[in-house]
Amino acid sequence: MSLLETRDLTAHYRDLQALFGVNTRLEEGDTLAIIGANGAGKSTYLKAISGLIRGHPGSVVFDGEPIGALPAAQIMRRGIALVPEGRRLFPSMTVEENLLVGKYGYENPGAWTVDAVYSLFPRLKERRHQPSTTLSGGEQQMVAIGRALMSNPRVLLCDEISLGLAPIIIRDIYQALPKIKSAGTSVIIVEQDIQQAMKVADRLYCFQEGRISLAGGPTAFTREEIHVAYFGS
Amino acid sequence: MADPGYRIEIASQASRYVTFAGAILLVALFLVPFYASRGLVQELIFVFYMLALAQLWNLLAGYAGLVSVGQQAFVGLGGYLLFALTVFGEINALLAIPLAGVIAFVFAFPTALVVFRLRGAYFAIGTWVVAEVYRLVAAQVKDLGGGTGTSLPVAVTNGVFGIEWLKAIFDMRTALARDMVMYWIAFALAVGTLLVVYRILRSRRGLALAAIRDSELAAESVGVDGFRTKLWVYAVTAAGTGMIGALIYLQTARISPDAAFSVLDWTAYVIFIVVIGGIGTIEGPIVGVIVFYLMQTYLADFGTWYLILLGALAIVIMLFAPRGIWGYVAARYNLVLFPLQRRLIARKPSVHETDKV
Amino acid sequence: MTGLFDTIIQGVLLGGLYALFAVGLSLIFGIMRLVNLAHGDLIVLAAFTILAVVNALGIDVFVAALVAAPLMFAVGFLLQFLILNRTLGRDILPPLLVTFGLSIIIQNGLLEAFSADSKRLSAGALETASISLGGGLAVGVMPLMVLLSAIAVIFALNLLFYWLPLGRAFRATSDDPEIAQLMGIDNRRIFAIAMGVAMVVTTIAALYLGIRANFDPSIGPARLLYAFEAVIIGGLGSLWGTLAGGIIIGVAQTLGAHINPEWQILAGHLAFLAVLILRPRGLFPRAVD
Repeated sequence: MSLLETRDLTAHYRDLQALFGVNTRLEEGDTLAIIGANGAGKSTYLKAISGLIRGHPGSVVFDGEPIGALPAAQIMRRGIALVPEGRRLFPSMTVEENLLVGKYGYENPGAWTVDAVYSLFPRLKERRHQPSTTLSGGEQQMVAIGRALMSNPRVLLCDEISLGLAPIIIRDIYQALPKIKSAGTSVIIVEQDIQQAMKVADRLYCFQEGRISLAGGPTAFTREEIHVAYFGS
Repeated sequence: MADPGYRIEIASQASRYVTFAGAILLVALFLVPFYASRGLVQELIFVFYMLALAQLWNLLAGYAGLVSVGQQAFVGLGGYLLFALTVFGEINALLAIPLAGVIAFVFAFPTALVVFRLRGAYFAIGTWVVAEVYRLVAAQVKDLGGGTGTSLPVAVTNGVFGIEWLKAIFDMRTALARDMVMYWIAFALAVGTLLVVYRILRSRRGLALAAIRDSELAAESVGVDGFRTKLWVYAVTAAGTGMIGALIYLQTARISPDAAFSVLDWTAYVIFIVVIGGIGTIEGPIVGVIVFYLMQTYLADFGTWYLILLGALAIVIMLFAPRGIWGYVAARYNLVLFPLQRRLIARKPSVHETDKV
Repeated sequence: MTGLFDTIIQGVLLGGLYALFAVGLSLIFGIMRLVNLAHGDLIVLAAFTILAVVNALGIDVFVAALVAAPLMFAVGFLLQFLILNRTLGRDILPPLLVTFGLSIIIQNGLLEAFSADSKRLSAGALETASISLGGGLAVGVMPLMVLLSAIAVIFALNLLFYWLPLGRAFRATSDDPEIAQLMGIDNRRIFAIAMGVAMVVTTIAALYLGIRANFDPSIGPARLLYAFEAVIIGGLGSLWGTLAGGIIIGVAQTLGAHINPEWQILAGHLAFLAVLILRPRGLFPRAVD
């Protein structure tokens, strides 16, 4: 049984349908990459899993339990954490306070403590008492990831963590993923940067206009096939 | 300008019938003083001015998004202006009413200068503070009775233009003639307010208001000047409210700061009327004032329990039926009496369907 | 000159009371962007609750306040959880109109339960005790206690916000309610707790209100206006700013009264309007909003 599955997942924004029956599987220990163009439904997919968008109970199944209708606060407690698109740190708080609030709803002892996050991202330690708004984009992204790790989630959802960052920073951040994986967290990353996604993924889904256009291991497809799946023919 | 290929239509089929029925109703109401009891005339005067106040508050809050809890400032201002103009200015009351409206219009500008610095709920309380300032200042005007208030001389109430004329033509007592004139002034104000509000909403300004209400930022990006539009609506509403205040206190013939600037009478009840009837529609306040009138007539004797009921009703409606009685009925049966939605109708017969705008 | 100085000191002390009125309002607006038009009436409700406890249990008024505080916490919690949470959202009308309706219900409910007669809370000898400041100046013990309580309350709240996990949860929800959920924060419960805390502060305010002057069911709206003015003058988002705002209103009022007793309230409102015109965002606005 997969750790996390979506079954015929649909989602609407008012009258606009964003997802049309999406089926995906995440195995425990894997890193899953979701690629696709803007507006393909990738962020919506993560929001649906994390509970920011709610649907049928059976549309998202975690560890055998249907969680599709649960609110975000409860899903977080079950062990799924989201690093939201755009970082969305709390502006009135310092770096350390942002990290601490990450485990507010769920004190789950595990590998990830504030100190462990500082080991993962040493630059944050120097800035621990600075207001989060004074950090660079890359540093903010590190805080956002750290904040999500604080509840020691079993599944980490990463929404476009490379967006707006310089390549060298992106490399730094992506170097953290294997360490997160080895500490026992399964990861789903949504990425527009196909190269980065392919490097870390055990399995790949491509979204196109709210539907899966490609599914399989990252080496299973030619560039031509991926191009078509991404943009359509 | 070249033929755009479409025209904009607002009237609906139902609304044409309503216009006809409405005209008949208006004539019937106009003739009321000739066939109804004094009691009914007084009640209708009350209904008319509450309706007018409700239409104006609805324009301000429901359409312009300016939720004011301080319109009593202009009711009281209008009342005090009426007293001042008739007693000190020796102007006939019939003229003093529109004059009070003009002066209230002027007062609205410095008032807006202050309250427009606040937004949303803070704007609301800000208007309340301003109304309190008006009240406290009025209480300092010793010549108009200070804190305890004063009465209007009989010469003024009996001297309103039209009374002598009526007495001469119909050979009636002064009291009856006075009632009739008061009634027609109130009637004129109610109908006038309704028509003005309707005209405004049908005009380009009205479209601008709807745009601002939905999204001020988006509206400004298409050239709507949010500040000027809102200022204009605020001032016009103040003028109307001032005139109604003048009428109310001409009829009551006695004024005091606490009564003239009462939050309960001129804001709470008005808000209740609009909310129960249906905010953001012209028909809503009409329904609301009828419901309110019935409740006042039969339940007001219960004093505090009546007010508790009103408060509870307002809460329940706001939570479960926020569009009020009319909003619910109109949606259910697809009724519109005062059509405002603009529709683009293609001029030439073509395959394109009419689109709602 | 002593007269003027004395007036200002009285104003500062009065400002402490207004700050206590305002802190609850400021808290609620800061965390959930809700302006509660029934705030003043809730202060009066708390005062009557303390009175009822005093009459029922025959205890000291300060102990009664300690008993009333958890009761008012529960009132605030349930009010928010069951009713006010439903009004939150993009539209400003529902919270305004619902709290307005609430205001009318509370005023008339109190009128039914207690009649329109003025009541007073008795603190015994403390009411008239005074402390000498030297130089011929003396301040009443009660007014001084009020100011010190205001300072203590604001201090305690800041402690809560910056040192306790619950405080972080409040700030997170205030910053970004959507993302706060991802932290496991249940917005509806947080809002209810915040309202409960605000009601506890309100109970303290009510205690001092009742000791200082007569109260009756109708005085709520005026307290709302003073509280609101203090919050605006101070600047949204700053509790110390609210204290400053309260003091400014207090001093304006006592100075106005000094010139002419009839001008007391008007002077306060005019000071508010002046600040509003000159510094629309208040004196110490929070940079982020």
